[in-house]
Amino acid sequence: MRINCPLCGERDLVEFHYEGSSKLMARPKDENDMDAFHDYLHIRSNPAGLNNELWSHEYGCRAWLLICRDTNTHKILSIDLARDVKTKGSLD
Amino acid sequence: MTQIDRISGGLIDRNTPMEFFFNGKLLQGFKGDTLASALLANGVRLMGRSFKYHRPRGVLTSGSEEPNALVELGRNAYKEPNTRATVVELFNKLEANSQNHRGPLNFDLMAVSDLFLSPFIGAGFYYKTFMWPASFWEKLYEPIIRMSAGLGSLSKLEDPDHYDKGFLHCDILIIGAGPTGILSALVAAKAGAKVILADEDFLMGGRLNSENLEIDGLPGFVWAQQTLEQLSNMKNVKVLNRTTVYGAYDHGIFGALESCTDHLRESGSKPRQILWKIYSKKSILTAGAVERPLAFGNNDRPGVMMAGAVRAYVNRWGVLPGKRTAVFTNNDDGWATARTLTDKGFEVTAVIDSRNCKPIENIPGASIIMGGSIVDTSGRKRIKNIKLKNGQIIPCDCLAISGGWSPNVHLTCHQRGRPNWNSDLNAFMPGEHLPQNMSVAGAVNGSFSLSGALSEGLKVTNNVIDSLGLKKPKIKKLQASDEAYSSSAFWYVKESVKRGWVDFQNDVTVKDIKQSYAEGFRSVEHMKRYTTMGMATDQGKTSNILGLAIMSECTGKPIQETGTTIFRPPYTPIPLGALAGRSRGKNFRPYRLTPSHEWSEEQGAIFVEVGNWLRAQWYPKSGEKSWRESVDREVLATRNSVGICDVTTLGKIDIQGSDAADFLNIVYANAFGKLSVGKVRYGLMLREDGIAYDDGTTARFGENHFIMTTTTANAVLVFRRLEFVRQCLCPDMDVHIISTTDAWAQFAVAGPNSRKLLEKIVDKAFGISNEDFPFMACAEITVCNGTPARLFRISFSGELAYELAVPARYGDSLIRALMNAGEEFNVTPYGTEALGVMRIEKGHAAGNELNGQTTALNLGLEKMISQKKDSIGKVLAQRPEMNKDDEIKLVGFRPVNQGDRLVAGAHFLEKGVEEILENDLGWMSSVCYSPILNDYIGIGFIKNGNKRMGEIVHAYDKMRNNSVDVKICSAHFVDPEGDRVRG
Repeated sequence: MRINCPLCGERDLVEFHYEGSSKLMARPKDENDMDAFHDYLHIRSNPAGLNNELWSHEYGCRAWLLICRDTNTHKILSIDLARDVKTKGSLD
Repeated sequence: MTQIDRISGGLIDRNTPMEFFFNGKLLQGFKGDTLASALLANGVRLMGRSFKYHRPRGVLTSGSEEPNALVELGRNAYKEPNTRATVVELFNKLEANSQNHRGPLNFDLMAVSDLFLSPFIGAGFYYKTFMWPASFWEKLYEPIIRMSAGLGSLSKLEDPDHYDKGFLHCDILIIGAGPTGILSALVAAKAGAKVILADEDFLMGGRLNSENLEIDGLPGFVWAQQTLEQLSNMKNVKVLNRTTVYGAYDHGIFGALESCTDHLRESGSKPRQILWKIYSKKSILTAGAVERPLAFGNNDRPGVMMAGAVRAYVNRWGVLPGKRTAVFTNNDDGWATARTLTDKGFEVTAVIDSRNCKPIENIPGASIIMGGSIVDTSGRKRIKNIKLKNGQIIPCDCLAISGGWSPNVHLTCHQRGRPNWNSDLNAFMPGEHLPQNMSVAGAVNGSFSLSGALSEGLKVTNNVIDSLGLKKPKIKKLQASDEAYSSSAFWYVKESVKRGWVDFQNDVTVKDIKQSYAEGFRSVEHMKRYTTMGMATDQGKTSNILGLAIMSECTGKPIQETGTTIFRPPYTPIPLGALAGRSRGKNFRPYRLTPSHEWSEEQGAIFVEVGNWLRAQWYPKSGEKSWRESVDREVLATRNSVGICDVTTLGKIDIQGSDAADFLNIVYANAFGKLSVGKVRYGLMLREDGIAYDDGTTARFGENHFIMTTTTANAVLVFRRLEFVRQCLCPDMDVHIISTTDAWAQFAVAGPNSRKLLEKIVDKAFGISNEDFPFMACAEITVCNGTPARLFRISFSGELAYELAVPARYGDSLIRALMNAGEEFNVTPYGTEALGVMRIEKGHAAGNELNGQTTALNLGLEKMISQKKDSIGKVLAQRPEMNKDDEIKLVGFRPVNQGDRLVAGAHFLEKGVEEILENDLGWMSSVCYSPILNDYIGIGFIKNGNKRMGEIVHAYDKMRNNSVDVKICSAHFVDPEGDRVRG
């Protein structure tokens, strides 16, 4: 696979660490809502198709990336800096 | 021996003769020969024995699809089994041996299996014959099968060659340098694209080298060589011969194996092969097609050869496969072979065409039989006669067969694409779902005529150039022949009584496929596994379509519905050595060395691998007979005076920014906001699920500047987590982090004399008295007259102790300076073992305790979780299941009988109860021999441990037969009040 890092350009898969669902960015705010934390941590969909996921360009610029990837084809539909998406608040 | 079957012509260099050995016999060939063509030239037809039945076999093809002519090359450690003689480039003194026979090749003792065993070892024999009794498998069946069936043998010696890996980038990768590929490369190159042209053959040109075809009035191979010459001189083109593109991966990435020295007698210092990873924007597959055989009785005798291969041996290599050749074909291509031979004045005894049509052309001297077929052949080690279905017997010493051509769709299917059946061409064509950005052109796309292939190549390449935004170059249309190609759906001769081979390499016959159908294994994937068709090293390149067609006939379903099995990389076998590259032996996983490594080596240290680092484990002194002796000495020396340990391997993360303290509050369970500048605090990290994750100390060097340390093993993971929190959870925080693990050399200086030692090193401007620099203090200082350093008063050993860090480049000097300065205190270097003993004596948790199963509560650290702030793991650490009244607790253990040895991993039971899981109370996590207490001690987790001080339980370890009674005690074995660290 090749991933087009917004900061570094197109790089090989081996430079990246795959973390998992982008859901990990939406950490619950309510400390009393244990169920919300349970869902946040453990409940994942396993789509055959588009998946929003977190990658880190660990052997490059260390940017965390939010990538929309088709799990059937490995086609990458979008790549954003995770911090930009989080700052805009579109995940929460 | 002269080359009795060498004829004139061919693209070999007759001025460069070469000698080689086959089964020890000295033979001659020429530069440009393959091993197969050279053997044929020397009259050798019998080249190997078949896999199961040990039938005599000769060469069938002239390319990488060869199923029969497998040989062992080289000797001793250089031995290479299962090499296809058809792709082995001849070099002087090459040594080859035939394989899979006992006794000489001519008289294989195992050939009886063909006569007597064949009724029993047909399709599915593994599953049926050897079902029971099970005990017979290991002792009887398997040794017999192993002995009788098989391929070449391994040398079992370490591969003395070396292999490289490389990376290439291009705009357009062109796979296959036949006429289409060469033209495509020329067009793409002239458009200014960065082009890679790769071909598995050492002589590029594809079928142009094997046919009498003309392009623009030039012989095809001349055009090919001239164009390749032109390409080689262009800066934007890389021409890679001897390079097999073996796999198509995601996003335009291809794997390719370049053979660099296989064709040389001595590799010198060069790598034998290079495994390339090719990044392409676009690719054009021009991989051509392979010819498939026809199945009929005894169609596998030496001398039976693909019709196209016969032409190749005659035209490219100047070798005559047979003095009297018969042709059996279901398409026009077989006729081209007959014509090639008669044009050169060689005898063709018959042309047998399965089709009921008019003869395609006149072949002088040959019987022309339309609508005919061969039912049987004779000649054990070389074909002698063929028998037609009308009973007619025709003599021949070579039988050229053609069942039509199959496009090389392999790479088009590597991304789960499926090929489509084309019933006009009777062939599978590339399907709709090609690997990303791949185009196909030429014979691989069914354009079997030269002019058709060239014009398609031009068109497709122009489209690709367009899509890259480049300008199409002006290329004049090439004149080439437009030879007819028509084939028919004729696969095997039904009238044959004798076995007809489909898969030559795995000995699968028409009968086996019908049997597979009869026994219900009808889907292609089942049939493949039941018969083993296509599972040999050739992966069924010549056989698969034939097998599918026979199954299709059995089921009555069209071939498209029968489908193909899945094509997977690699296209041809790849040596494991090439996949490993240089990552072998000590380079498989490189070590990291600490700054004091060289010094430690000088002291004769024993090293241990810790998270990729090599750390000194202990420093044996002369006269010490066991590791324990050394470790006990190191511990006592440290506790009684002063010891030094390299702790560089701990992860170090520099954290800066106006929100740095808030950031630490998120990642650590305990609070850091109120930590004073110049102070250090122990920190505990939890996983989000509440389990303890990592610990370490964090020092505050400024209002907005912290230095965090992590455990050695988790250094990378903690840093990754910090970046995740910074970017994905708290992007609005003003905080920046960087790993400085490698930037600082750090030494623990521990023991009652540690301050006295450091006072000799630390520059006078910096006071380190207990008042100036108390326990848990930190400061930026200078040592040894101006060397920048950081000093931390922290202690893992429980002694008065410091950690001193200097930029890594001073690490070696610092250990030497510390050792010099400490001479008067008998300073002692200690390794990870003594470090471990001292931390167990103090009850400090380490990796054994932070094992991914334990919570802060288990560790007795539950009060560290600040309830005044949010932190990772805080919420789920409150789960009721993790906070039960009888939770396991970390406590200490001592043997009831002094001197009883303790073992880590032992489980605790009440005395006298049954040794079953239900009675399990916990486990011993770390043990050591304490030279201070003169006894074994341990720490571990036991239910209600904190409330059971003084009680006696049983530490049970059946595995190591070590079960002893232990007394529960505090985990702080040495200096429980902690006076020493503050002294």
